[in-house]
Amino acid sequence: MDLRTQTNATLHPLFAAMQQPQPNHHRLRDRTITLAHGSGGKAMRDLIEDVFVRQFDHPVLSQLEDQASFDLAGLAALGDRLAFTTDSYVVDPLFFPGGDIGQLAVTGTVNDLAVSGATPLYLTCSVILEEGFGVDTLRRVVQSMKAAAEEAGVAIVTGDTKVVPRGAADQLFINTAGIGIIRAGVTCSAASLQPGDGVILNGEIGNHGAAILIGRGDLALETSIESDCQALNGLVDAILAVCPSVRAMRDATRGGLATVLNEFAQSSQVGIHLQAEAIPVRQEVRGLCELLGLDPLYLANEGKLVVVVPGDQVETVVAAMRSHPAGQQARRIGEVVAAPVGGVVLQTAFGTGRIVDRLVGDQLPRIC
Amino acid sequence: MVYSPMDALHLAREHPQRDVVFFAIGFETTAPSTALTVLQAEREGIQNFYLLSHHVLVIPALEALLANPDLQLDGFIGPGHVSMVIGSNPYHRIATHYHKPIVISGFEPLDILQSIWMLLKQRVETRCQVENQYTRLVQPGGNGVALEAMGRVFAVRDRFAWRGLGEIPNSGLKLRSEYAAFDAEVKFSLPNVQVADHPACQCGDILKGVLKPWQCKVFGTACTPETPIGTCMVSSEGACAAYYKYGRGAPFQRSAPVTQPIRV
Repeated sequence: MDLRTQTNATLHPLFAAMQQPQPNHHRLRDRTITLAHGSGGKAMRDLIEDVFVRQFDHPVLSQLEDQASFDLAGLAALGDRLAFTTDSYVVDPLFFPGGDIGQLAVTGTVNDLAVSGATPLYLTCSVILEEGFGVDTLRRVVQSMKAAAEEAGVAIVTGDTKVVPRGAADQLFINTAGIGIIRAGVTCSAASLQPGDGVILNGEIGNHGAAILIGRGDLALETSIESDCQALNGLVDAILAVCPSVRAMRDATRGGLATVLNEFAQSSQVGIHLQAEAIPVRQEVRGLCELLGLDPLYLANEGKLVVVVPGDQVETVVAAMRSHPAGQQARRIGEVVAAPVGGVVLQTAFGTGRIVDRLVGDQLPRIC
Repeated sequence: MVYSPMDALHLAREHPQRDVVFFAIGFETTAPSTALTVLQAEREGIQNFYLLSHHVLVIPALEALLANPDLQLDGFIGPGHVSMVIGSNPYHRIATHYHKPIVISGFEPLDILQSIWMLLKQRVETRCQVENQYTRLVQPGGNGVALEAMGRVFAVRDRFAWRGLGEIPNSGLKLRSEYAAFDAEVKFSLPNVQVADHPACQCGDILKGVLKPWQCKVFGTACTPETPIGTCMVSSEGACAAYYKYGRGAPFQRSAPVTQPIRV
C-alpha cells in the first residue's frame, strides 16, 4: 500500500482513527509502581493525571503547569503576612489506628501554618514512591489527603512525583509545603511568654505515639488507642476570635508536650510550672508507657494544641476551645513563672517538683 | 528491633537459612525469659538460633561493692524487678555479714520515697535488716518457675568483667554444656577483644559512693548523655545521667545536711 498517493477521502480507516485528536483520558492500569512511572513519559503522565489530579480536583492543579499561581490582591485581603512551611512524612506503618500518612501529611502542615495565627490556604503534594509500591494503596492515601484537605478547608494546588528503585525508600514518603495568610494584629511567638501567663492544652496526650507503636505490631498488644491526627485550624480560629493577644501556640508533635514547653521556656527565658494531675492521659497510654518505660510527656501527638495566653484570658480561651470539637477537653495545665529560666517543672500529685528536660535521643523511631 | 528473646527465636524460625544470634543482657530480671527461649528452641528443634549470654547476677556484684575497702555507702535500695525473680532471702548475707540495711523497692516515685524513709528508720534505730517495701510483687522465695528455668539452662561463670568494677567472681551466667548447641561462644570463634574503661571515667568510685557524680573530672563536660564516657552516664537509670538531668542548675536549693536524727 502506497500511503503517499492516498488523499483524505481515501485514507485507510486505521490512519483516519489515528488522526483524530485523542481525548484527554489518562488511565493508570498498572497494579504496582515501576521506575517508568517516574521517567517523565506516558506512564508518569497517567499516574499524575489519574491518581493525583483527578482526585485532588482543583482548577489550578488541573492546568498542570510547573507551578501554581495566585492573585495577590485576594490573598492580601485575609491578613498582612504570608506564612510558609514544609514538612516531610515518613511514618511507618502507612496506615495506623486513627489515621494514615495521607491524612497526616495534610493535617501536619495545616497545623504548622495554623499555630502561627495563619489561615491555611494552599498545600503542595510531593511524593517519593518506592518501585513496587501498590497503586491501590497509593489511591487510598491520595483519597485520604483529599478528604483531610476538604475538612481543613485547604486546596492541594501543585505537586511532584518521583520513583526510586526498590530499597532506596521505604514504600512512600510525602512532603507537603503550605502557605497561609496571618491575620493582621496576631503576633504569636515562642519568644513572647511572660510570667503570669496560663498554659492551656486541648486534650489527651500521647495517643498518636502510642497508636503508631501498637500499629507496628511488634508488641503483639491489642488496645483501642487511636491516633489523635486532626487539623487544628478551626480550633485556632475559635481561640483567635476571643483572644487575638495569644502569646504562643504550637502543635505538640514529635517530642511531645515536654519538648514544646521547653522550646517556649528557652525562647522566652522564663520557667513553666505544670500540674501533673491536670494533664489528661488515657489509661491505655499510661499502661503502655509503664510497660515500655516511656514518658507520655514525650510521646508524639498529631492533634494537640498548646496555647499560652495572658493569665486573665485563660478562662475565656478555655471556654471558647471547649465549644469546638477539637477542644472539648481543653484545660489549663500550668503557668509561666519567672524561674527557673528556660526550665519546665512538673508539680507532682504528692507535692514534689520534677524537672522535665528535653529528650537526648528519640523515644521512638519514625513516628510522623 | 526485638522486644523479647522470643522475637529473636521467631526471626530464626522465619529465616532458617540464616544464623540468628541473640545478645542476652541483664540481671536476673531478664535471664528467665532468655532461659525459657532456649528451652522453647530446644523443644522446636531450631538449629540456627544462638545465644551470647552476658547475663549477670546482682548478689555477687553487691558483695564485690561491699567487700571494697573504699565503700562509702550506708545502705541499699534493693532492685524490685530482680527481687521479683530471686526473692528477698538472698540479701540476708548483706545485712548479717556486711551490716548494711537494705530495702527492696518498687519503681514508682512513692515506692522510692517510702524505701528511703524505711532505710533512714533503720539507720536511726541502728538496725541492719532486709526489708521489703515492694510486697505487692516480691516474695521471700522469689519466682520458682523463673528460678527453675534459669537453673536448667544457665551455669555461673567463674568470673565476669564489669565496667567500672573490674572482674567479679561468680557474677555472670553462661549456658550449661547441655545447651552448647545454642551457645554462640561455642559455635563461633569470638576475638575476645578487651576494651578498657576510659582512663578519665570514675564510674567505679561513683558506684562505691566514694565520689558524687558532679565530683568526677569529666561529669557534664566531656561526659554527658549525648557523649557518655562511662556506664553511669549511658543509661538514663545511671547515677550520673540522673544527676545530669535533674541536678544541674536545679531550681531547688540543695538541702542542708541533716544534723539531727529524724524522730519517727
